[in-house]
Order: sequence, then structure tokens, then C-alpha cells
Amino acid sequence: MNIVEQTRIALLELFPDLAAADAEARAKAEAEAAEAAEAVAPVEAEQEVTAAAATGEAETATPPPAEESAEAATPETKAAAAEKEPAAEGPRQNGVAVGDYDRHGVHLDVLCDPQQVVAAAEILDQAGFFIEAITGVDWLKEDQMEVIYDYNRNDGRLCRVVVRTRIPRAEPELPSITNVYPGANWHEREAYDFFGIRFLGHPDLTRILLPEDADFYPLLKDFTL
Amino acid sequence: MTAPIRCREDETFVLNLGPQHPATHGVLRVKLTMDGEYVVKAEPVLGYIHRMHEKMAEDRTFAQFMPNTARMDYLHALAYNHGYVLTVERAAGIEVPERAEYIRVITVELNRLTSHLLWWAAFLLDLGGFSPLLYAFDDREQILDLLERVTGSRLTYCYFRFGGVYNDIDDDFITGTRNFIKRLRSRLPRLYHDLVTKNIILIKRLKDIGFVSKEQCRKYGATGPLLRGSGVQFDIRKNEPYSVYPEFDFDIPVYDEGDCMARYMVRMDEIEQSMRIIEQALDKLPDGPVRAKVPKILKPAAGDYYAAVEAARGSFGCRLVCNGDKSPYRLKLRSPTFSNLSLFGEVAEGMLLADALAFMGSLDLVIPEIDR
Amino acid sequence: MDTSIWRPILYLIGFMAFAGVNAAWLGWAERKGAAHIQRRNGPKEVGPFGLWQPLADGIKLMTKQLLIPSGTDDILFRIAPILAMIPALTSMVVIPFSGNIQARSIDMSVLLIFALASIGMFAILLGGWASGNKYAVISAARVVSQSIAYEIPMLITVITIVMITGSTNLQDIALAQQGGFWHWNIFRLEGGHFVYMWIAFLIYFICSVAETNRAPFDMAEAESELVAGYMTEYGSMGFGLFMMGEYLNIVVGACMTTILFLGGWGSPFGFLPGIWWFLIKIYILIFTIIWIRWTYPRTQIYKLLNLSWKILIPFSLVNLLVTAAFIKVF
Repeated sequence: MNIVEQTRIALLELFPDLAAADAEARAKAEAEAAEAAEAVAPVEAEQEVTAAAATGEAETATPPPAEESAEAATPETKAAAAEKEPAAEGPRQNGVAVGDYDRHGVHLDVLCDPQQVVAAAEILDQAGFFIEAITGVDWLKEDQMEVIYDYNRNDGRLCRVVVRTRIPRAEPELPSITNVYPGANWHEREAYDFFGIRFLGHPDLTRILLPEDADFYPLLKDFTL
Repeated sequence: MTAPIRCREDETFVLNLGPQHPATHGVLRVKLTMDGEYVVKAEPVLGYIHRMHEKMAEDRTFAQFMPNTARMDYLHALAYNHGYVLTVERAAGIEVPERAEYIRVITVELNRLTSHLLWWAAFLLDLGGFSPLLYAFDDREQILDLLERVTGSRLTYCYFRFGGVYNDIDDDFITGTRNFIKRLRSRLPRLYHDLVTKNIILIKRLKDIGFVSKEQCRKYGATGPLLRGSGVQFDIRKNEPYSVYPEFDFDIPVYDEGDCMARYMVRMDEIEQSMRIIEQALDKLPDGPVRAKVPKILKPAAGDYYAAVEAARGSFGCRLVCNGDKSPYRLKLRSPTFSNLSLFGEVAEGMLLADALAFMGSLDLVIPEIDR
Repeated sequence: MDTSIWRPILYLIGFMAFAGVNAAWLGWAERKGAAHIQRRNGPKEVGPFGLWQPLADGIKLMTKQLLIPSGTDDILFRIAPILAMIPALTSMVVIPFSGNIQARSIDMSVLLIFALASIGMFAILLGGWASGNKYAVISAARVVSQSIAYEIPMLITVITIVMITGSTNLQDIALAQQGGFWHWNIFRLEGGHFVYMWIAFLIYFICSVAETNRAPFDMAEAESELVAGYMTEYGSMGFGLFMMGEYLNIVVGACMTTILFLGGWGSPFGFLPGIWWFLIKIYILIFTIIWIRWTYPRTQIYKLLNLSWKILIPFSLVNLLVTAAFIKVF
């Protein structure tokens, strides 16, 4: 099993309902795969997963990213698509999506509740990921703030994971992951500095790049130059 | 080597290192709580050269933001050019001609050489050796002349374009580069290694100083020579190949010691590897156009894009959020030294002042890149 | 002649001129030497080979305002630079430049010079303390610990010389080494002292570099750590006096090394002794010190202290015992 798949299964712990569905689909897929081919080289299987995932994701390039399950898909894609909600349009639902690496540069794209980011960080920490960056995106129209955590591995097994969560714009608060990753400290301070996102439990949530007496959050879309 | 710290709270004092200090190479300020010569607590204070490039990006078209990328890491500006164009090309689905990719690799690696040479010079200056500065600048100047010929500027390059590069390289550049590599090859062992690397004072000052473990690197998200000096073989050029790097045969130098000497050796070996890449790229350089046809105003499809490159100081990543407009909806620039510096406080605790500064020098800080 | 009033005046003028010329043009020599080591030109605009550069620098320093920052100890702040200059100048009195060029021949001249060198350290300590600057205070503390550490092996080494010569008078020590390099203390054939005296010379030379705060032992003004150390708050001629004091200390250090180990004014071949040999020897030593400075990176303060306490002091003590044994046996 390759690292992307491993991490995906680990991350599914965050979503108990999806995990159950995934396990079911997986068992089914495995049975089918065993019937179809007796000896498939693991490398080929991996390639199939990524290729299939690519077809599945290519159609979902419009915002907000909606997860669609591709119709003509191999059993593996079905397994990957099982946790995605069948809804074609509308806001994306929580879950772990296999990203299109060639197009978007990430392998796994997780959308979770603000309260789940610490759990996600713990899972990824145990799996040996490092935190690359934490940043926000201000979605003014939807009146939401998106917080994006970029994770990457440094052991040579390529897997980029992005964990996103959406918080209300009026009250941008979510738990801090500094207890899991001390390196998140400065990134969270930066997100606070630019967006006013308050990370609860952060040891020293102060301005980092802007002057300490600044009374604005420059990257908010309603802050105009 | 450091003795256990036994100090009373009222016996410490605060030493304000910077924002103007010879060892911080720019406008970094470190608030040091000292017990005599021992550092009890070190808090870097950032933001003295913060320019909010990310907000500027939201206000400009994709092409207009190009010059900004060079003004973050002014020592390895082309890598930042590269990271940005890679992200936008990925978003807009632009194919780059092969010759342009080769030219990108050649210029980026030349630029990496200048960055490492300048680091070497500045690091030795931190350690009190002044002469190496001028030896390294002598070599660096040759590269700057070469790059000036093709890019038009000496430091803050704006050479890459979406779908290629601005200018084709000529024969003068190619022979100049080959001559330069020959020259640096002959100078490296004598002027750099015999005189400095093998110097007993230097070895004694760097060995076992500033130990950073693998786990610390992971927890803080450290990348680049800092990570490779701690025994982790991680280089975006190999691990997540982009451009035409898979075509070349080069090694990723890794040292397990995790001290300042290991980081020093990683960078010195990387100079060698960069020269190998440049030589191979010059040998294989294909003919053809250097720029694809790309519309003047780019409007990538809405979505989220990420691309990373290996800059001289670590992995530089660009997260681009598009909403189908002609300028980025959000552009997050992940600079490597921001993460690398964040472990300074933890490691510097309990070190002597001079060792802490040697450790800071070995991190290879470029302040505009941290502050963005 | 000894009773003449002119003798002290002449010597005073002579030493002042020698000290002034050295303090000014050693700065030039250092810059020029550094430049050539670094493949640059160095000063070249003011006069031939930039020879008048020290005058230009001097005029610049003298016309600058002497700024005394608030929070400094005013009196000490003003005294310190003068105190840095005076002991080095005073040391010249007892140095025998040749057989007959010496202001005063004092029996305890070796000890006098070391006493004066310690006062030089006080100047730095006072300057650093009076500045009220944390970098300057750290620098002052470093100077004291360094000075204590290096005076011990230095004095122990000098005792070996005193034992061999049987005198603490510099004139006698130099006279005992006349007539060819095999009489010099460093290569002394007579009594077989050449076997270990080169070690003593090395110890002494390292100590004298450390005592004069020169790289790689320039802990006091380590510019990448302590900005400019004890000189951080000094500008104008206060800074100028510290610089001149430093160069004079180097000159005195080189003179001492020459007299103690390299035969003073004696020629290496046994004929034509004179002041030129003395000058040649001290300038070779000074050049070596400049050369070392621009080649090596700086060491670390605790490594510096370890070098003294763990290596130089034991070695010099063993050296002392060996000397005693040699004197007894041969």
C-alpha cells in the first residue's frame, strides 16, 4: 500500500461515518480485484489508483470544490469516491478527497470541522508528516474564513496533504495545533497577524510580521489599499 | 560542551541583538535573555522589512507580480521566480518548451551557486574570518556578470515568464559558464577547502555546535541544508521532481551529525552538485523556442494550486487560490527560512553567545524572505 | 652624558615619534597587508601607495565630535582611551633598541613591562564598563578573563629565560644572546636549550597575540558578536587612541619577543649588530601577526581559555622544570 492510501485511511478516522463506508467499499473492491487479476504488481496498482483518481478529480475544478464521483471508474476509484458525498453542486462536504497531484499539487485534500484540526494534526504527526505552512483565505462572499494547513513528508515518500477548515468570518476562532507541532507557532501567529484568526490555546498569539500596534488585518478582502 | 546553566532570575539581563547588528545580516532582531555569556532564552523578533507581498499579489495581474518574487530571497531570486511560474503554469495549464526548462535549470543553479558562495562568505565573517568574504565575492561576481548578460539584472531577477524565459542564452553565456565552472573547480579545493574547511579553528568552532535533530526538523518544518545536515535526504529536486531535474545525474549531500559543521559541509557539497547539474544541462541543451505562446492576461480556472521548488535555503512553496479572475484570489508564499528560524529559540537555549551566532549563521538567513 | 638634561628630552621626542609613526602607519600596513591577502588594492588614493592615508584618517578622527552617550561614567569614559595609550608608550622606556639606544636600563625591566601591560587591560575594562553598554561590558569581562589566563603562561615562560640568563634586565638578556643566531634563546646551543626553547617561544608568541587582543584571539572586539566590544560607544579620537594603543601594544609585544627569544639587536651571523636588526625582527613579527589575523577565523572565548588553562599553562610549567633540569645538568 502506498503512502497516500495509508494516510488516507489514517485520516478517515476523523470521519467515523465515512470510514465505515470506506471499509465496506474497500472490502468489496478488494474482493473484485482479487477476482479480476490474481497477481497484480503493487506498483501497477498504485499507478492505477493515481490515474483513476485523476479522472475522478478532473471534473471538479470549479469553486467551491465539489467532489464528484466519476461514472466510469475502476474499483479503486469507487473506493476512493465512496467517502465523497454524491452531491454534484453546492458546498463541499467534510471528508478526505484524493487530490489531482499533477494539476493541484496535493495528494490528499481534507476538509474538516474546525474542532478536528488538532486531531488531524495528531494523525499526521504520528504518520511522520511535517507542517509546511498555515494560512487563511478570506471568502468574503460566503462570509467564511478558510484555514489551510499544508503538510508534507521529508522521508522520501511523496505525499502532500492539505487540511482545510472553514470558520465563520465574524468569529474566526479555532484550536491551535502548537501542542502537536511547535513549528506551527509562527505560522499561526502569521495567520493571526494577517487575518485575525484566533488560535485558541496558542502560547503567544501576538503580531509577528506587522507592528505590534497595528489595528488592521491586511489580508482580509474588505481591507482595501 | 556547554555547561549546565545555574542562574537566578534576577541575575539575567536582556541583550538586544539587532535590528542593526553585524551578525544578523539584515534587519532581524533577537531578544536574548542572557546569563553572562550564556543564552537563557532567545526570541527572534521579525517584521522589520515586511512588505506584504501577498496583499500586493491580490492587487496585480499574474504577470505583474513576477518582479515581487525576486525581492523576497534576493540571494536566490531565480528559484522564487521558478516557484511562482511553476504554480501559475500549473494553474493555467501552460506547457513550457524544453529549451526553456533547461535554461531555467542552468540559471537557477548558477544562482544557487551565488547564494551558497555568499552564505559561505557571510558565515566566515560571522566567525571572524574576513578574507574568505572577498574570495567568494570574487567568484560570485563572475556568475553575476554571466547572469546579467542574459537576465539584464544582477540581483533581483525577473527572468522567467509563464511558458518559458524572457531571453534565449547565447554562445558567449555558454562558454562563459563553462569557463567559470572550470575556474571554480580549480579554486574550490585550494581556496575554499584547504584554507578554510580544514582550518582547525573553524572545525573546533563548528563541530558539535548547534545540534538539530531529525525530529526537531520535522516538528518545526525545517527544510533545505538544515534538514540535510541533520541526516534527512530531502530535496524537492529529487523527492518531488519538477522542471527537467529528473534528466540530470546529481546527488543530494546528506550529513548525519546535525551540527553546524554538517550544514557547512552540505552547502559546500551542494556547490559541487550544482556545477555538475549545470555542466550536464549545457551538454544536453536542446534547440527550440524558449517561450510558449501565452495570452497576455492569464485567467486560470478557479481552484487551489500548489507547487514547490528547492531554493538555496529550503523548499519554497506557492499556494495559489484562484477564482477565475486575472489576479490571484490569494497567494501564500511559504518561505523556508521562516520555518528554519523558528527553531532557533529552542536550539539556542543554553548556548554561548558566540556559538548561538555561529548557529544563526549556519541557518543561512535572508531576512526579506522571512519577513516577505 | 647621563646627567645631561638633553638625554631624557631627546629620548622622549624619539619615543613619541617612533610610537606615533608606528601607531599611524601600522594601521596603513595592516590595511595594505589585508588588502593584498584578499587580492585587493587597499588604500591607494592618498599619496603614493596610499601612504598619507593615516594622516587623512587622523585629521578625520580629530575633527569629529567626541560624543559621550548618556548613562556613561563620564570621567572613566574619558580616561580609558588615554590609559590605553600611556602604558604602551611608557614601556618603550626600558626597551633596549640596540646596545646603546635605551632610555633607562632598569634591573626589573621585564616585570615593569608586564605590569604596564596589565594597566593596558585596565583601560579596556574601564572603557567597557564606563560605556554602560551591554556589549561593552561583556567585552570588558572577556578581556579580564583572557588577560588573567594568558599572563600566567607568559610569565612562566619568561621565568625560563630569566633562569637561563640570570637577570631580569632586558639589556642583560639581549646582551647574553649576542653573536650569531645560535646564541639566541630560541636556538641556544649552549647548555642545549634549543631542544625545548622553541616550544617556549611558541607559547610566548601565542600568549603575546592573545595579550594584544589580536585575531584569532580578538574576543574583546569580536565584531560579529559584540559589535565593536569595548569600543562600541567610542568615536572620534577616543576610538583613535584605542586603536593607537592596540598597535603600540603590538609593537611592544614584538619588541619583547625579539629581546627575549630572538637575540634583540644581535645579527644572525654574529657581525654588524645594530638597531636595524632589531627593527627587521620586530617588523617580521608584526607582519606575522597581521598575516595570522587575516587568515584565521576567530576562536571561541571558552576555547581560548581552555587553550590557556589546559594546554599552555601545563606546557609552560613542564618547560620550566625542563629548563631547571637542563641548567642543573649541563
